[in-house]
Amino acid sequence: MAIYGTALLSLCLLAGLIIGKLLGWAVSEFFGLDVGFTPNLGGVGIAMLLLIVFSEKMQRVGRLKPPSEQGILFWSSIYIPVVVAMAASQNVLKALKGGWAAVIAGALAVVVCFALVPAISRLGQSDDPTND
Amino acid sequence: MAELSAILEGVLAKYSLVVAFAVVGGTIWFSYFLSARLTKGRLHGSAIAILIGLIAAYIGGVVTGGQKGVADVIGMSGIGIMGGAMLRDLAIVATAFGVRMEEFRKTGISGIVSLFAGVFVSFFVGACVAYAFGYRDAVSMTTIGGGAATYIVGPVTGTALGASSEVLALSVAAGLVKSILVMTMTPFVAKYIGLNNPRSALIFGGLMGTTSGVAGGLAATDPKLVPYGAMTATFYTALGCLLGPTLIFIVIRAIV
Repeated sequence: MAIYGTALLSLCLLAGLIIGKLLGWAVSEFFGLDVGFTPNLGGVGIAMLLLIVFSEKMQRVGRLKPPSEQGILFWSSIYIPVVVAMAASQNVLKALKGGWAAVIAGALAVVVCFALVPAISRLGQSDDPTND
Repeated sequence: MAELSAILEGVLAKYSLVVAFAVVGGTIWFSYFLSARLTKGRLHGSAIAILIGLIAAYIGGVVTGGQKGVADVIGMSGIGIMGGAMLRDLAIVATAFGVRMEEFRKTGISGIVSLFAGVFVSFFVGACVAYAFGYRDAVSMTTIGGGAATYIVGPVTGTALGASSEVLALSVAAGLVKSILVMTMTPFVAKYIGLNNPRSALIFGGLMGTTSGVAGGLAATDPKLVPYGAMTATFYTALGCLLGPTLIFIVIRAIV
């Protein structure tokens, strides 16, 4: 049933978000930081790892049947439309009204980071000959 | 006639998420049509759809004076739900399904390097621009630097440091500019920066950091790369929020 896949996906997201919050809380407490709220330390990233690990395990023992997979694949395939909706609900007006300081700060950060992609990609690549 | 519009408005407002599915679906159909007809597929349909979304958001902001783009228009609030954090995160996590664990393990270290490099470089660039525009105290420089990281890191850093509301607004604007540029420019520069494999996508996500920018930019470049970039990008904002008001502020204060 599709809902099994969606439920697995939802549980992974919730667990990841809770772990991320706990990590953020622990790190802020440890370093005595007060940023006004508890940062979520990579909750979504953790959720992705959880989904990869659990779905791999369940597939191996045959507990994740194709109909259940549909419940995950649907959300994965609806991803681009969700991003379009996200773009349509951005505060674009404010970004353009921020003045030149904001535009230049944002644009320059993008240009420099674009340029760094190939530089860091090259780092540490020599020790992995299988990667091209 | 007045009754008809009241009935229509009632349905649209009550079923706003359903309206959003229909509107976004139509937008995407139209974008792929334009992509095939006008650009012969050179400009990806999803890139056009994202551009249309951003333009609609601008118009929505002008018309309503609100902050959520087109989602502030009557009957369109469902766009805000569909593109909000809850469904966005659910869909992002779903893209990880089918990705193999080894892919992440292989690039582990480069991913972490890119995260730290991305956060520090963005703060540095933003702080320099702030300085050039006359914001020469450490609090303002760090806050605008945070904005150059993401539009969440900026205000979080600024609030923690007690920055003025003008500087806070600037930092949010800088972050929004970054996010929009990453969304729109990524498909064009992908070829030149080698953004065509999981490894570089992971590094890209760590360097850029803006989850919305990376998500949109990679979706318009190659949807297969989305989970890799999104994965590292989700750690970026947290890292920026932790380092901004602390280590980075201390360093900037020591320099100026």
